[in-house]
Amino acid sequence: MPAGAASERMGWVPPPRQGWVAPHIASEFPGLGIAWVEVEARPGRSSQAVRGRLRDLSDRTYGSQAIRLRERPIPWAYRVFFRQIGLDPDRTRTPVEQLTLDRLHDGGFRSHGLPADALNVAIVETGVALRAFDAEALEGGLCIRDTAPGESLPGGAAEMAGGTLAIADEARPIGLLFGPTGEGLGVEKATRRIAIAAVQVKGVPQIAVEEALWMAASTLEAA
Amino acid sequence: MDGRFDSGGGVITLSGMPRLLDQTLQRLDVGVDEREARLQLRRQIARLEAELGGLFAEAFGHTEVPHRIDSLATAPRVLDLGELEVVRDRLADRVAEARSALVERKRVEEENRELVERMLAAPQNFKWVQVSRQDLGLPGCGHWHSRPRLGPIGMLMGWWRVKVSSGCPLAGRLAAVEHEVPARQAEDAETREAGFCT
Repeated sequence: MPAGAASERMGWVPPPRQGWVAPHIASEFPGLGIAWVEVEARPGRSSQAVRGRLRDLSDRTYGSQAIRLRERPIPWAYRVFFRQIGLDPDRTRTPVEQLTLDRLHDGGFRSHGLPADALNVAIVETGVALRAFDAEALEGGLCIRDTAPGESLPGGAAEMAGGTLAIADEARPIGLLFGPTGEGLGVEKATRRIAIAAVQVKGVPQIAVEEALWMAASTLEAA
Repeated sequence: MDGRFDSGGGVITLSGMPRLLDQTLQRLDVGVDEREARLQLRRQIARLEAELGGLFAEAFGHTEVPHRIDSLATAPRVLDLGELEVVRDRLADRVAEARSALVERKRVEEENRELVERMLAAPQNFKWVQVSRQDLGLPGCGHWHSRPRLGPIGMLMGWWRVKVSSGCPLAGRLAAVEHEVPARQAEDAETREAGFCT
């Protein structure tokens, strides 16, 4: 692709698609939602620009911010949701808290290649929880629902307990909500199309979700 | 509180409350909207989490506040009424503990502040006592130290004073130490190359 065409494509991202939440789950958790975008991108090494952005982010992230993180509205909203679904956010960290802790531990945001770096930049900037899936392995749209007895994640040895909250496509659960992804559904070497999903909880504004998706997708598009 | 007395004088434990409520409401033929109760508990959890986050941030660096709550589930799921109550109660406990830890810490800091004032007024009454800025809840390094002027002579003469330290070590000194080691290694290497034994 000529350089001009590449720069024209930068910043262009398809509008996010809104997934659905099982009605009985939505009635328990008003504000819970899932949205995603799909982008043509391959996993690989991050460009100089993305690595530079991670360095800039590292310079802007301090220990004092990590302490105050749980007081900021979006990270707080995820902590609250974790409590409400039985998880301890100090053990199973929310995505933005985990990244901030890693930053303090490693002395900077380490590059893990794409799409991880694109997601990490968007998560740190916005606080919104993002996941990446292999779009070609998905069947239909995404949703959040509870699992039926006997269901399990693809490649998972054990059955999931009934009522486990999961991200699913139209055929099966593809990953635990804020947990591991099913085998063959995550981004792998052969992936050519990536679905970036944002899990929204009560207290996270729609505009933050859209910004996070746009940021991650445009970083991938530009790579 | 483990239990409360009903009008008949019998003890009704709190854990027995949902069963009792069910029985009472069945008799009254009134439905229970558990979902509304769960939503209410989730709102309380949100409020307590915000409060705990604020206390945690306020206490950080001054004192440790208990803020951990064991997870109730290994995988995310919709918690029932009882489980939400457990989360809410544990959070409320942590908030209360954090608050009392902060109050206690502030009391100690206030006592230390008064001690420093007394030390400054009469250093001879607080021989060798040292209070750091951290003890007063102040940022940075430094301390107040009651010590004699002119060492042993001051001790014999009773010339005591409070010395205020000059604060944190300068970064320049640390950098100088870091530079010293490679410089010394380079010097040793040069000496070896020249055929001298060190």
